[in-house]
Amino acid sequence: MSKAKAVSLISGGLDSLLATKVTMDQGVHVEGINFFTGFCVEGHTHAIRKKDKARPKRNNALWVAETLGIKLHIIDIVEEYKDVLLNPKHGYGANMNPCLDCKIFMVHKAQQWIEENNFDFIITGEVIGQRPMSQRKETMPVISRESGADDRLLRPLCAQNLPATLAEREGWVKRDELYGFSGRNRKPQMALAKEFGFTDYASPAGGCCFLTDENYSSKLVDLWKGRGVREYEMDDIMLLKVGRHIRPNPNFKLIIGREDGENKFLQGYKNSYTSIKMISCSGPLTLIDGVTNDADLELAARITARFSQGKNEETVTVETKRTNGETKTMDVKPLPVSEMQQEWYV
Amino acid sequence: MAHFELDARRMFCPMPVIRTQDKIKELSAGDTLDVICTDPGALHDIPAWCRINGHIVLQTKELNDEVIVKVEVCIDA
Ligand code: SF4
Repeated sequence: MSKAKAVSLISGGLDSLLATKVTMDQGVHVEGINFFTGFCVEGHTHAIRKKDKARPKRNNALWVAETLGIKLHIIDIVEEYKDVLLNPKHGYGANMNPCLDCKIFMVHKAQQWIEENNFDFIITGEVIGQRPMSQRKETMPVISRESGADDRLLRPLCAQNLPATLAEREGWVKRDELYGFSGRNRKPQMALAKEFGFTDYASPAGGCCFLTDENYSSKLVDLWKGRGVREYEMDDIMLLKVGRHIRPNPNFKLIIGREDGENKFLQGYKNSYTSIKMISCSGPLTLIDGVTNDADLELAARITARFSQGKNEETVTVETKRTNGETKTMDVKPLPVSEMQQEWYV
Repeated sequence: MAHFELDARRMFCPMPVIRTQDKIKELSAGDTLDVICTDPGALHDIPAWCRINGHIVLQTKELNDEVIVKVEVCIDA
């Protein structure tokens, strides 16, 4: 009999690493699938900031696949994911994370993938009770059902707490060699990782996407409010990860580089946004998101100057450049701290 | 055997990897592909993806803020 074939949803965290290993050890041919929503936490976007340069630059999903010796298919779902994020049927978690809809969507995509590639079942690293929104006893069948995967979805780490799936009934995997983990306690997973000799895995508690981050989520909500419409493009997602975001007026916000790495990164967007750079001293590069008149631009220049080396000078010289190429040099007084309003910080 | 180029400038990882993966699907064994990126993370990720999926990285170089990864497509990919 030829080997059963499974595709495993690889997030790059410990749970999917273990679930895959457990299944492979039962003789199943496993390949990995990783979905890129645009919000995934990536070492490289951290690397935008110079101070983070010492961190290892690695994509954890690729690392997991390489550790296990399996193929990894990375799928770009940025466009399709917009509807998941903007209209989640099951709502949001603590922040802008639509975890349950996200899981359903990803398993649904995996189901399509196994149909196209003649695979037998899908595995995930889900554990009952691990996460308050998507990994509860009640949500497990919801994911199976609404994704269309039904009993082709196996969760090897908590399978013993759930009804037997097709993979168990067909004998592709032995149920008694699967696990019955539950709850938020991660000790069993850590012990299993140790047993397998996995040491360098990504932080077990680490979230897999920026949408679970409170600061990121509030910037996203602010972006929609500022534009009066709930939509986004890839550039928006990226820019929300970078710089100080300051909205002194409802019609525009500033994205101010915090150090050289970010300034350089923002430089790449200079043709699509109005920008401000310091001339008479060193300082940040600022992009303006929104529509500004001359008075707005002057205020933005004064705020930028406040974060420059010349913040204590009487005046500093800045250059502003609009997207139509119109460039202006002006002398402005850096905005005093006392006039920087706390609520401007997004 | 032909040579191809993939422009992955201004993309952030994992997009250059995804584009490499999708491009390689259209190529044949023995073809070579230069992937040109501006995210230095590609220097790590494209070779990792190639190791996993059985392709060979012939060369990587950094030139004027750009990263070029030269890949040879292999048969059993
Ligand atoms: S944390 Fe992000 S990627 Fe993970 S399930 Fe929730 S929304 Fe999806």
